[in-house]
Amino acid sequence: MIQHENAHKFGMVVDLDKCTGCGSCMVSCMAENNVPFKEDETRKKDSITWMRVYKLTNGKPFPETEVVYMPRPCQHCSGLGDHGHSPCVSVCPATATDYGYDTGIVSQIYTRCFGCRYCMGACPYHARYFNWWDPKWPEGQENYLSPNVSPRMRGVVEKCSFCYHRYQLAREKGYMEEREIEENEYQTACTTACPAGAITFGDLNNPEHEVTKIVKPDPHPDPMNKNVVGKSRNPKVFRLLERLGTNTKVYYMSEREWVRKAGDNYLDGEWDKRKNHHGSSSDHG
Amino acid sequence: MDSALIPEGAKRCAFPKFMIGMAVVGAVLLWGVYAMFLCWFKGLNQTNMNDYYGFALWIWADLAVIAIGGGAFFTGLLKYIFKIDELKNIINFAVIIGFICYSSALLILAIDIGQPLRGWFIFWHANVHSMLTEVAFCLSCYFAVLTIEFIPNILENRQLNKVPFFHHLAHNMHGVMAIFAATGAFLSFFHQGSLGGVAGVMFGRPFAVREGLLIWPWTFFLFTWSAAAFGPCFTLLVTKITEAITGKKLVGDKTIHLLAKIAGWMITTYMVAKIIDTIYWATVTAPSLGFSLSHFYTNNAFYGYWILIAEILVCGVLPGILLIMKSTRENPTTRLVAIILATIGVCLNRWVMVLQIMAVPVMSFDTWALYIPSWQEVATTILPVAYGIMLIAVAYRYLPVFPQELELNKSAKAAE
Repeated sequence: MIQHENAHKFGMVVDLDKCTGCGSCMVSCMAENNVPFKEDETRKKDSITWMRVYKLTNGKPFPETEVVYMPRPCQHCSGLGDHGHSPCVSVCPATATDYGYDTGIVSQIYTRCFGCRYCMGACPYHARYFNWWDPKWPEGQENYLSPNVSPRMRGVVEKCSFCYHRYQLAREKGYMEEREIEENEYQTACTTACPAGAITFGDLNNPEHEVTKIVKPDPHPDPMNKNVVGKSRNPKVFRLLERLGTNTKVYYMSEREWVRKAGDNYLDGEWDKRKNHHGSSSDHG
Repeated sequence: MDSALIPEGAKRCAFPKFMIGMAVVGAVLLWGVYAMFLCWFKGLNQTNMNDYYGFALWIWADLAVIAIGGGAFFTGLLKYIFKIDELKNIINFAVIIGFICYSSALLILAIDIGQPLRGWFIFWHANVHSMLTEVAFCLSCYFAVLTIEFIPNILENRQLNKVPFFHHLAHNMHGVMAIFAATGAFLSFFHQGSLGGVAGVMFGRPFAVREGLLIWPWTFFLFTWSAAAFGPCFTLLVTKITEAITGKKLVGDKTIHLLAKIAGWMITTYMVAKIIDTIYWATVTAPSLGFSLSHFYTNNAFYGYWILIAEILVCGVLPGILLIMKSTRENPTTRLVAIILATIGVCLNRWVMVLQIMAVPVMSFDTWALYIPSWQEVATTILPVAYGIMLIAVAYRYLPVFPQELELNKSAKAAE
């Protein structure tokens, strides 16, 4: 693994108890990243939504029904053992998607992707989208596209980039001013757009960043599953499909047990044995 | 009309009859070509694939034709490396079937990618960690080997063979064919295996993921093994169909029985490995990730336990047993049943390892995704079948594909 001491590890935590499901994160993401849309958006399985909000329920009848909205961007997995071999990066035959060891961000090189879609098959989060059509904008809207993000052509895969262009702009500014970038200088569009303040974004390698304070990621492999690294030591925080060893950098938080349980799959009776396990060093977290 | 091109002494149907048959199949081929151009010019929105089903009918067809085309490399290995000389009577046909299967696979891949003009990026920007990269390299190289293996047979055409250079070239190529057979077997081991690896390395998909040896998941070895086991069954099946259509005995029973016996033992041993793999995956791998076996086979409208039983027992264990038992192997009816079931079985395995993987929900709040292919997908999938029929028809008519043809049909005539 190529990783230098000053490497960042950008990630986010989404407080699901704060999320109202308003969809601001989805809208801001589409506007920020020039995400195209179809004339007819009724067929959702080929709609492009880098940020997608899922609706989950506890499955209980009224009056015990509870609903939670779960925003799902690309999870920016670092793969088994945190080595940078994300499910998608390791399978791409043309190196069109790559893991940034200096940022922890999984990138997508649109002009190199030839559209085999293996990465989509490998991603269990459905975070990757194929451009089934050429992007078409309503007349005049081309003038309002973001100049910092290149629109994608038909036949390639695209996905959330953690608004990487924002990082580039902040990094360049910091470089010119000969300083490190501040926490607030690089924030994703969804984070800044969320009216409830449900999303916290920052550098998981920086203990001063709010996201790190909330998540308290365990740098050691999980003794119950050596493939899992970065498990949260906060009992309210979990990751999606953590047991697969994808080692995502998007964390979720909820006070409600059923929500945390919905984040992964468990055999009958298994949840009760596992729910209080929070990483190798949870006792001193 | 074309009698000067037909192998000496061989009887073929009248040219107009041949052309009518070709025209009928050619119409189907053109339908497929039309759909292919639609996909190329309008894009993959012509299909019913979606972001849940990035891999769909074509990838299944691709994996299936490569598996059933495995008869070429395995028969070549047996004939040239293990020196089983009896198989010389079917090796030409096995090579032609392999050539058709692999050229079809490459064509399907060319249609399947979203940016066909960038197809060469897989070689230029190769990611050494990707199983698909290995597939691309080995597949292309093996297709070149198959072409080399096919050339001597083409040069043996009655007219071409009159040219001294072609005559000697064909003769000398036969002489060094063992080298190409060995190369083909080596390349096939890796591309058949890496196609299995495509699924096995997807650690985000509990239905697909397998543990394994070093960098290779168990599916790597299972795919190679199954191609070697089931590929010869498809060769036997196509031989049987060709014999039925031409009304002639083309390959001697001794050769057929031998290849069927080898296939039977390969299938049986493969099934033992496959059953062990399935039990380990169902009881250890999947549960360790939080999934019970029932998760993969219930709560949806299509994928039930029936597909597991059909693949492993009905189209796996059963044909294996039918082919290893002398009485059922040498009985034409039970042998035919066995080779049909075996061909279905390996295609079913590839279906499961492509489409069911995409269908199974992984996130606890996700749902099963089922899909029905568009007519363009169906047409482009039938296209290789039409192409295969036409190539076999042309090869059978003009090339000495079956060395025993004259002898077998002479003796049949004498018996009458």
